[in-house]
Amino acid sequence: MRYTLTHLKELEAEAIYVIREVFAQFENPAILFSGGKDSIVLTHLAKKAFWPAKIPFPLVHIDTGHNFPETMEFRDNLVQELGVRLIVGSVQKSIDDGAVQEETGKNASRNALQTVTLLDSIESNGIDAAMGGARRDEEKARAKERFFSHRDDFGQWDPKNQRPELWNLFNGKKNMGEHFRVFPISNWTEMDVWQYILLENIAIPSLYIAHERKVVWRNNTWLPVSEYITLEDNEKVETKMIRFRTLGDITITGGVESEADTLEKIVQEVASARQTERGNRADDKRGETAMEDRKKQGYF
Amino acid sequence: MSDNSYLDMQLLRFTTAGSVDDGKSTLIGRLLFDSKSIFEDQLESVESSSSKRGLDHIDLALLTDGLKDEREQGITIDVAYRYFATPKRKFIIADTPGHIQYTRNMVTGASTANLALILLDARHGVVEQTCRHSFIASLLQIPHLVVCVNKMDLVDYSEERFNEIVAEYKEFASKLNVNDIRFVPISALHGDNVVNRSEHTDWYNGETLLHTLENIHIDSDQDHVNARFPVQTVIRPKNDAYHDYRGYAGRIAGGIYKPGDDVLVLPSGFSSKIKSIDTLDGPVDEAFSPMSVTITLEDDIDISRGDMIVRPNNQPEVSQDLDVMLCWLNNRPAQPRAKYIIRHTTNEARCMIKEVLYKVNINTLHRVEDDKNISMNDIVRVKLRSTKPLFIDEYNDNRNTGSIILVDESTNETVAAGMIRL
Repeated sequence: MRYTLTHLKELEAEAIYVIREVFAQFENPAILFSGGKDSIVLTHLAKKAFWPAKIPFPLVHIDTGHNFPETMEFRDNLVQELGVRLIVGSVQKSIDDGAVQEETGKNASRNALQTVTLLDSIESNGIDAAMGGARRDEEKARAKERFFSHRDDFGQWDPKNQRPELWNLFNGKKNMGEHFRVFPISNWTEMDVWQYILLENIAIPSLYIAHERKVVWRNNTWLPVSEYITLEDNEKVETKMIRFRTLGDITITGGVESEADTLEKIVQEVASARQTERGNRADDKRGETAMEDRKKQGYF
Repeated sequence: MSDNSYLDMQLLRFTTAGSVDDGKSTLIGRLLFDSKSIFEDQLESVESSSSKRGLDHIDLALLTDGLKDEREQGITIDVAYRYFATPKRKFIIADTPGHIQYTRNMVTGASTANLALILLDARHGVVEQTCRHSFIASLLQIPHLVVCVNKMDLVDYSEERFNEIVAEYKEFASKLNVNDIRFVPISALHGDNVVNRSEHTDWYNGETLLHTLENIHIDSDQDHVNARFPVQTVIRPKNDAYHDYRGYAGRIAGGIYKPGDDVLVLPSGFSSKIKSIDTLDGPVDEAFSPMSVTITLEDDIDISRGDMIVRPNNQPEVSQDLDVMLCWLNNRPAQPRAKYIIRHTTNEARCMIKEVLYKVNINTLHRVEDDKNISMNDIVRVKLRSTKPLFIDEYNDNRNTGSIILVDESTNETVAAGMIRL
């Protein structure tokens, strides 16, 4: 026998170790669950970390109110199956309370508003470690992120003042009011996530699989037609074979034309992709450092 | 990537080191570019950023410098992690800045690396920075070193110049504790011997850089001899199906564990046998480093986080007094006789720096014995005394059980990284 692990098994072992460190070092951790593939894989890894016990964390979903219905259905089924608590932070409520102001205009999105709702949910639920499925390969600002990412009492990230992280020794010490964001799958790439989903046969929302959808061509991407999108006169609704590489707010998540209707085909498609998965996310196209700017304010 | 090759891919972690203008970012850019790991939209964004800056070429360094301040100042501030894969391996690059704060950042990147790429400029040969980086790589016990003699195009791909540098480096490296050193003549800018073999160096019979990265033997990098299992947490489901289940969850830090093995629990000294090694996918016959598993024992013993499950005939040292090579990472100098939190495996205690033995001048590798101050980027040999016994190994034997960090109690910051000497 070769005493060596495949890269996926090594990444799995690393993530499970990080998740268990969170459980051991914090009082009140939670998993940030968006219904996307990364948070689904994270939740699956948390299940592995504590089996045969249940996942000892609640799932926190920041609900923009602009969701794909498939995502909501998937979320509710998963929560029931795992027997974990679900905390929902509502952007609509933040708007109604006057905590945030909704964007207006053609490309209006609730994406930026999530930060306020997320920080509120973290604070009001006393969460001291919020685990997320972010990966360093997603975006250049994320490449700088630690596994244990310290946030001050305003929830802000300071990229110049990060704690050095050496070996497997993670430091979760903090003052009252501060919290941590923890990213157990930091070292995974999009390809790793898909290969792992295939290998482990993990259920995912149907949105990731190609099927016919009503879409409109806007900002170089196929935006799904929904009640939240206002069509311009020159825009026309078409029906296309579409799948989504990332899932976010329905107003900003662009689909790609695809024939990949099985997990195997998705893995093949991702392997030959010439665009990053966030290439179709309108929120990243707002500036060269859009992600860094959002993260400094406390964005996921 | 095709078929099921992903099921058999290995992971290799490497770190890159070099002076500011040695072409580190260009080399990383070249590896990503030639291995087709750069996406079109990334390239477009780098193209547009390059032209916004008035450059007439694509600056591949912009691919790796992610933060606003880095792009503005054209320097790398902090360690960043990059990823690429070939059909054989997946690679994690710890991209560490060669700039200010070099020691701290390099130590961070080196702590988990299988391999270090030391970049040097063929025109300048071995310089101070090369020695520093190599010393840190050796101190952190990175198992493999690959010295990339870069900018070969600027010395007319001269075999003589390459051999000169190799000889110079070998002489210096004889003072280091590194077993595996390789040399590759490259031009990161033109891609010679990085991914593709160069037409300009027909005198060079060795492998290209990527070929080395893909094939170097890393199975033996883990300690598979000394069985060490630090307990992270205890799993108690307390449900009907697993009412009496008590599992010890953790990541194997060394050695191989099998059901039926006689074990000893530290610090209590109780012995038992392994009943099962569990995972969600079912029990396993064998578990080894770096697997995360849950171990159950035949006997009910009080075990909690920070305890270590080992073999009766192969135990770590148990001690409150530690001899440590310390790298200071924080702006605030070490306070004499101040107390710090020490973290070692899953254990935590308080400790005091009792004595500073010497400081290492990392340019000359000489010991400085009359300077006892410890400030940012210093590497010092110290004696620590902890409030409770820790279960330790020599760092050179096991990087997991031989490493510590110190945390400042007043700021909560990680202020130092240490390697245990026995």
